[in-house]
Order: sequence, then C-alpha cells, then structure tokens
Amino acid sequence: MGPLISQGYINQEWNFVIALLLGVAFGYILEASGFSSSRKLAGVFYGYDFVVLRVFMTAAMVAMIGLVYFDHMNWIDISKIFILPTFLTSVIVGGVIMGLGFIMGGYCPGTSFTGVAIGKLDAVFFTAGLYLGIFIFSTAFPLIEGIYYGGELGPVTVMETFGISRELFAFLFIMATLMAFFVVSLVQKRVKKIEV
Amino acid sequence: MKNLEERSKQYLNPYFGGVLLGLLLLLTVYITGRGLGATGAIKSSIVTAVDRVAPTYAENQAYYSKFLSDDHHPMSNWLVFETIGIFVGAFLSGLIAGRVKKFRIEHSPKITPKTRLIFATLGGMLFGIGSQFGRGCTSGAALSGTATMATAGFLAMMLIFGSGYLFAYFFRKLWI
Repeated sequence: MGPLISQGYINQEWNFVIALLLGVAFGYILEASGFSSSRKLAGVFYGYDFVVLRVFMTAAMVAMIGLVYFDHMNWIDISKIFILPTFLTSVIVGGVIMGLGFIMGGYCPGTSFTGVAIGKLDAVFFTAGLYLGIFIFSTAFPLIEGIYYGGELGPVTVMETFGISRELFAFLFIMATLMAFFVVSLVQKRVKKIEV
Repeated sequence: MKNLEERSKQYLNPYFGGVLLGLLLLLTVYITGRGLGATGAIKSSIVTAVDRVAPTYAENQAYYSKFLSDDHHPMSNWLVFETIGIFVGAFLSGLIAGRVKKFRIEHSPKITPKTRLIFATLGGMLFGIGSQFGRGCTSGAALSGTATMATAGFLAMMLIFGSGYLFAYFFRKLWI
C-alpha cells in the first residue's frame, strides 16, 4: 500500500506536517549521535572517530533491508519510489567536490544545521558557505550546464548497473558494511586518541 | 559542573543511532516515496530570493527557472518543512543533553578560530556547489540514494567519502 502519499492514503495537506515531524526526528537523531560536532565527523578521515561511518552505514543497511522486506511483503510498491537519476559526469564532479568540502569544512549540510541549532559558530559559517556555493552554482549554470547534464543514464538502480538482484545487492552491501565495522574497530585501536 | 560537562559528551551508541536513522528513512520512504534531504531547502530559498529580486532573470535562466512554476511557490516545498524540523529536533536533543550553549567555535587546538571559520565557509561553499552537481548531498543523494539502490546514490556515497580520504592528508593540520 505504500508509498502512502503518492497512493492517496494521506491527504496532501498533511504532507507538510509530516515533513516537519520527520525532520524533527532526523535532526534529533543526528544531534544525539554526535553529528553536531565537526571534529567528531572529521574523525572518520583520520581514524580517531568512526561515528560517521557507523551511523551512516547502519542507517543505509537498515533502510535497505527494510525496503527489500516491505517489497517482499507487498507493503510498498517499489516501482513508485523516487530513484535519483544518474548523470555520470555530474555525480563524479559533484561527489569529488563534496568530499573536498567535507574535509575542509568538517560538516555536511544536514549535520551543519544540527551544529547551528546548538550554537556552533563554525556551523553557521559552513551553512552560509552552502548558500554562497548554491548561489554561485545557480548563477554560473549556463557555463556548467554541459557537466550537469553529462553522462545521462536515467533513473537507473544498482540492480541494472551491476546486473544483480535487489536481494543479492542488499546481501553484498551488508557483508561489506560488517567488514567495514570490523576493520575500523581495528584501526581505531591503533590511532592516537583525540579528545573532542 | 563536571557532571554537566561529562553529560554533554555522551552520545547515542552509533549503531543504535544508525538503526534509528535507518528506521526513520524507511518510514519516510514508506510515507512519501522519497528519502530525507538537507540542501534542497537552501536551494529553494535561493531560488525564492533571486526570483524576488530579479524575476525576469530568474524566469529566463536555465537553472532558476527549473524550480519556478506558476502553480506553487518554491518555498512550499517538502524539504523546506523537513529542514525546519531538523533545526527543531537538533535543538531539542542538544537541550536535553546540555549541549545548547551560546555561540562558540569548535576547532582543533592547533588552529586559530579564524582559520576554522575560513575553512568552514570554504568547505560549505564547495559542498553547496558539489551538492548541485550531485543532485543531492550526503542525506538526499548518498544516504537516501543508497538505501533506495539508485546507482547515482551509491556513486555519490563512494565518491564523497573517497574524495574525503583522498584530500584528508592535505588538510590534516585542521583536525589532527
């Protein structure tokens, strides 16, 4: 029967109330997990704090398994879920720039909002930088349009890209995630502790 | 005072936090058919501001006009309300844990607060630019995209973290 809104089970007017409530839960979980601290976040790149990897990978794994299960039980019409379209050139350029922004700024957008909420001035500056960056991109768009639309593959899924089933991909993702958890626990023991 | 200080450093167990976040994402997809996001709201506010200041330019420029339409205002957008929620939720969590304090700058003892603010601004600017190329940031593209098994989401996740590791060496003075 899901997704509830696009199938008409929930009135459009409730949509924004639901958005607000889901946002509250999102912000609460991010902050409570320690994502309001840039020094904790940056730890993933230097091995002194792997909170980002642990929370992120667990969340992706749980949601992924959940969707496979919901699909299996026919609780959700998986074909109605939004699939982010792939523009190969654009996602590669964007991903690399975002990684650079992450290591320089210590936040990603969602986490910087949680930093702002508890009074981190560096998060306020990061958020101001986001405004600046998106404004620059939007204004310079005619110059970079070629990159933005480059390598269009449409809304493809990893099942189509790798030619494997949804279940097999989920299984491989779980295995890789568990392996990553094990490896980072070893790394963290060897890296000098940093108090943040 | 010591107790308050210690309490403010207590966070959720990361795996527990991850399970909660994963269930929230699952619920979001189940209800709305889409994932969570963060940069969309900033884009909406920029589109709104530019449209207010220079409407003719906004309507004729290829990127701004993508997000303008006659039947709905760019700010009446799902992600705008969700983002207001992020601030409220984070504030509540911080309040309960004793982490809401007056404005301060978090930085490594090896760099000055000014350096931290300069790099935070530059990092934010780059993340803003990158998120538009990536059609979403860590939340909308990497996390939601990976969970829904979109190739673009999986690539965004690998590339954001891969690129972070690639450049980490050059910016180590900022953090360690």
